[in-house]
Amino acid sequence: MPQLGETVTEGTVAQWLKKPGDAVEKYEAFVEVSTDKVNAEVPSPVTGVIRELIVKEGETVPTGAPIAIIDDVAAGAATPEPTGSGSPSEQVAAAAGDRNAEANHQASDEPVPGGNVGLSGPTYSAPAPSNAASGNGASSGVAPGGVRVSPAVRRLAREHRIDLARVRGTGANGRITANDVLEAAKAGPSAAVAAMITTAKEEPHPIPAPPPPTPPPTTSAPPTPTTTPPPPPPTPTPQERAKPSYAGARPGELIPLTQARKIIAQRMVDSKHTAPHAWTMTEVDVTNVWKWRVREKDAFEKAYGVKLTLLPFFIRAAVESLAAFPLMNASFTDEGIRVHRDVNVGLAIAAGGNLIVPVIRHADQLSVKGLALAAGELIDKARRGKLGADDLAGGTFTVNNTGANGSILSAPILVPGQTGIVTTEAVVKRPVVRDDDSIAIRSMMNVCLSLDHRVVDGAVASGFLSDLKKRLEAMGPTGSL
Amino acid sequence: MTATAQQTGVTMTNVEAVRTTLHDALARDERVLIMGEDVGARGNVFLITKGFLEEFGAERVVDTPLAEASIVGVAIGMAMEGLRPIAEIQFADFIYPAFNQIVGEAAKTRYRSNGDYTCPLVIRTPYGGGVRGALSHSVSIEALFYHVPGLTILAPSTPADIKGLLNAAIECPDPVLFLEHKKTYRSVKGEVPSGYYTIPIGKADVKKAGTQLTVVSYGYNLHQALEAANRLEGEGVSVEVIDLRSIRPMDKGAILASVRKTRKLLIIHEDNKFGGIGAEISAMVAEEALFELDAPIRRLAGPDVPAMGYAQPLEEEFMTSTDEMVEAMRELAKF
Amino acid sequence: MAKTTAARGRELDRAGLSDEQLVAMLRNMLLQRQLDNRGFQLNRQGKIPFALGSEGHEGVQAGAAMAFKRGADVLVPYYRDLGLALGVGMTPFEILSSLFARETDRSMGRQFPNHYTNHDLGVLSISSIIAGHCTHAVGVAAAFKYRGESGRAVLCSNGEGATSQGEWHESVNFAAVHALPIVFLVQNNEWAISTPQEMQMKVANVADKAPGYGLPGVVCDGFSPVATFQAMHDALERARGGGGPTIVEAKCYRFLSHSTDDDDRTYRSREVIEERRKMDPVPRYEQLLIEAGVIDEPRAKQLKADVLRETNEATDSAEAQRYPTAESLYTNVVAGDYRPWQEFEAR
Repeated sequence: MPQLGETVTEGTVAQWLKKPGDAVEKYEAFVEVSTDKVNAEVPSPVTGVIRELIVKEGETVPTGAPIAIIDDVAAGAATPEPTGSGSPSEQVAAAAGDRNAEANHQASDEPVPGGNVGLSGPTYSAPAPSNAASGNGASSGVAPGGVRVSPAVRRLAREHRIDLARVRGTGANGRITANDVLEAAKAGPSAAVAAMITTAKEEPHPIPAPPPPTPPPTTSAPPTPTTTPPPPPPTPTPQERAKPSYAGARPGELIPLTQARKIIAQRMVDSKHTAPHAWTMTEVDVTNVWKWRVREKDAFEKAYGVKLTLLPFFIRAAVESLAAFPLMNASFTDEGIRVHRDVNVGLAIAAGGNLIVPVIRHADQLSVKGLALAAGELIDKARRGKLGADDLAGGTFTVNNTGANGSILSAPILVPGQTGIVTTEAVVKRPVVRDDDSIAIRSMMNVCLSLDHRVVDGAVASGFLSDLKKRLEAMGPTGSL
Repeated sequence: MTATAQQTGVTMTNVEAVRTTLHDALARDERVLIMGEDVGARGNVFLITKGFLEEFGAERVVDTPLAEASIVGVAIGMAMEGLRPIAEIQFADFIYPAFNQIVGEAAKTRYRSNGDYTCPLVIRTPYGGGVRGALSHSVSIEALFYHVPGLTILAPSTPADIKGLLNAAIECPDPVLFLEHKKTYRSVKGEVPSGYYTIPIGKADVKKAGTQLTVVSYGYNLHQALEAANRLEGEGVSVEVIDLRSIRPMDKGAILASVRKTRKLLIIHEDNKFGGIGAEISAMVAEEALFELDAPIRRLAGPDVPAMGYAQPLEEEFMTSTDEMVEAMRELAKF
Repeated sequence: MAKTTAARGRELDRAGLSDEQLVAMLRNMLLQRQLDNRGFQLNRQGKIPFALGSEGHEGVQAGAAMAFKRGADVLVPYYRDLGLALGVGMTPFEILSSLFARETDRSMGRQFPNHYTNHDLGVLSISSIIAGHCTHAVGVAAAFKYRGESGRAVLCSNGEGATSQGEWHESVNFAAVHALPIVFLVQNNEWAISTPQEMQMKVANVADKAPGYGLPGVVCDGFSPVATFQAMHDALERARGGGGPTIVEAKCYRFLSHSTDDDDRTYRSREVIEERRKMDPVPRYEQLLIEAGVIDEPRAKQLKADVLRETNEATDSAEAQRYPTAESLYTNVVAGDYRPWQEFEAR
């Protein structure tokens, strides 16, 4: 029984996610545990086979008591691996101390001019992440639960912007050690979500095929400016019909909060309550860049097996604008506004009712082609449930393709710690007045920006958007990927 | 350490290192003389100066009356007059009558005369327990003296360090208290470079590099700590062991560099815990590296009782065992 | 049995000293008295916090100083040895710099007044620890012997109170055992602050202890510079010649309180002091020299005027000097960096 949270001395097995004989991967959640402080899914310390479940569902045992035996496949024969307290071997399965709590939908489909946007992209549920908040570190680690943070831990957490509540300690009595913080820093705050995502095998929902380009089905969610256009109801399985779930919401139901949902909710609240959100938008004539894309897409897909959407073009323009407006690629901290050196662009993806934002690292160093490939790889990984900690860590700016769901205006919520999140709304053919006062039919795309008003003001934000618009409109079929 | 005239070394015990260094000093520098109880005819109760009387004469190896205050006091006068006396206090437990002379006079000679007079004096004495020496042949005294500005206190633990630091002490223009742990006299062996060399006073030595915790120690404890650390190496616990070598001045740089690396500090000394030198090290580390520490500073030290008893269980209870050190290190690494 | 010598009445026993030397001793005594008073005056003026008087010791110290061989012997004084310090060559300016705690003081204002040090003149640095310096004196003498330097001796000086201290005993014992070239001058002024001699020792004469160490002990009239000279000369010569130590006890009296911080009215009667004052060595020696025709009255007057002028000049000059800087506190703790925590660049 791990120690989840300071002063916690016992835990209850809420639900076994495995049964004896089941295979389990290292870091895969195998049990849901609840304490008076926190509920968490506990990741397996080893890859192996469940041999025995010692504690019954609903039973409460003290911290440190064995709850299950897993035969470690790697260790060979039946070497029982009773999982008990927060032993050093248990992986940090931190909660979503990440900034990936935005759902979207990767634009792997083609935003068809005219507003036909199909909802495609993978939807799949992932098991709720563990919220193994082992609380703050120990001072002497003497009394059970009497753990405090050491000076080194405190300092390192501050320097690396690690939320200690989401770090699992490997020290005595579950204390967070300096090393734990450093490891968490390496993995990034999103390490937890990696754990959450890796259990593709457990998906109860199959990945639906990309729907044809028809007007987006109306969903139960109102078209309010949120970042999370709900995914279409996937083919309900018998399992799903039985249990109320977020992905398959039905009127009259009370959907129990999964850990993921709780975390997402909390992150949304945190974001809105911390950063004063301001909003602006611009409209971009994407006719030329669209032509460029059309010219390239077939050859590209044939060569690389990856769809070429408008997204990488957009990101390319965005990173150039970020270079011109570095404050949009910054974070507000008490010590100052940290202007990031790296430009790591997060792409908001829907993941079966959960929000995930894998990150293209060093996006500024990638060409359109590179961005397309990187994005494609991330989407593929997400689909296969193979996103790792590195994929989710370190985002500095986020792009959300709300247009994939037909939206023409969105007011996204910032990923905590970032200063800007930009959306690509639906590409709509509209008559517009040109410079020479003639009227033409152009493909127009709104671009919306939510910004942290502590860091930037309207002038910077608008400047950024204007710059982005200029660059996008300057792209054309003569360009190279 | 700087070694002049590098030649292959010789393996010898700690007591032999003292002996040969003293011998060479007498041979090298005619200002050097040795004085104390039983240092002449008897050759010192540990046979350190055996044969010196015959070789160097009674003027240079002086059997003094049984009077510690004047052993040191007269040596002070000789030093003020330009000689380089090496006074011996037969056992550190006997040093108290000389406290007045050491602290009230020797330590202050240069200071009170603003450099008009100096006191290049070495006081050597065997200290420490584990030899069934009971109340008056086992005591550690460094805590009594390291507080005093003007004094230098050295406590090397290995033969090579003994030679280098004893030479440095003799060269030092100010008073030095040179502590020799008697239990290591014959039990510790090591290679000693030939030829004359000194080790910088105040400089510690990392005897074993490690990554998970820092152990600071000296004397007999140092060797136990090394053994404990080597045992733990087998368990995959990496312990760094620093041999202080010099109690005053002390090597801040070495301690802090190590603590910044390992983030955990264990100080081990045989002397009583309260007011022992571990207290000063702890204070310094807390002052200068608090935000590097991932665990409270730990001290393993002698209990706060007047002495270790003569009976074996009493002595064992007083002295820290190597097993206790292993346990403490292991615990701290896991913390 | 201790030997005694005494000055004989009008017939001057000059102990082989020339007129100049006799007058020099008088001058030393006058200067000592004058500087002594000056210390008290300055203290009562509020200019210096502390002064130590040595009235009553002028005779013994002038005589002992005369027997001291400058450039060869070493003096290890105690804090009442103003006359000895002057007699071996220290200047009023040095003395007053020390009283005023100015940076021109040889210890640069660190020491209490009367804690002399002058390596060039052979005056050993002392502390306030009674009899602590005796062991050092023995050490210096041991160094002379060690180096085979004959013709050199150590003059170790202290009061009778110091002879109770263990270190005095150890020093005398050590010196005796090793036959070192040292003279232990004990200036018995009968009082160690408030402790009279009879509470300090069982014997009537400090010199009576000497046989206990196998040493010769001599009692001399400390009020007589000539008698003291004689005794000290003999003893120092014996030491210089390798004859070993002597304990010379010079009988005198402390006319004043121990220091400006002491009020002897609490433990001594004024009548006794007045009675003993009749033996004040300074006017008596002056009288002696006049009567013996060594000097005349005008000369004596001139001497006093000179001494006063010298004292005044030194006072003004020393008072005008600067205090030591606060930064100087940190110097000369040890030869190198005094700080207990050290860092080394290259490891």
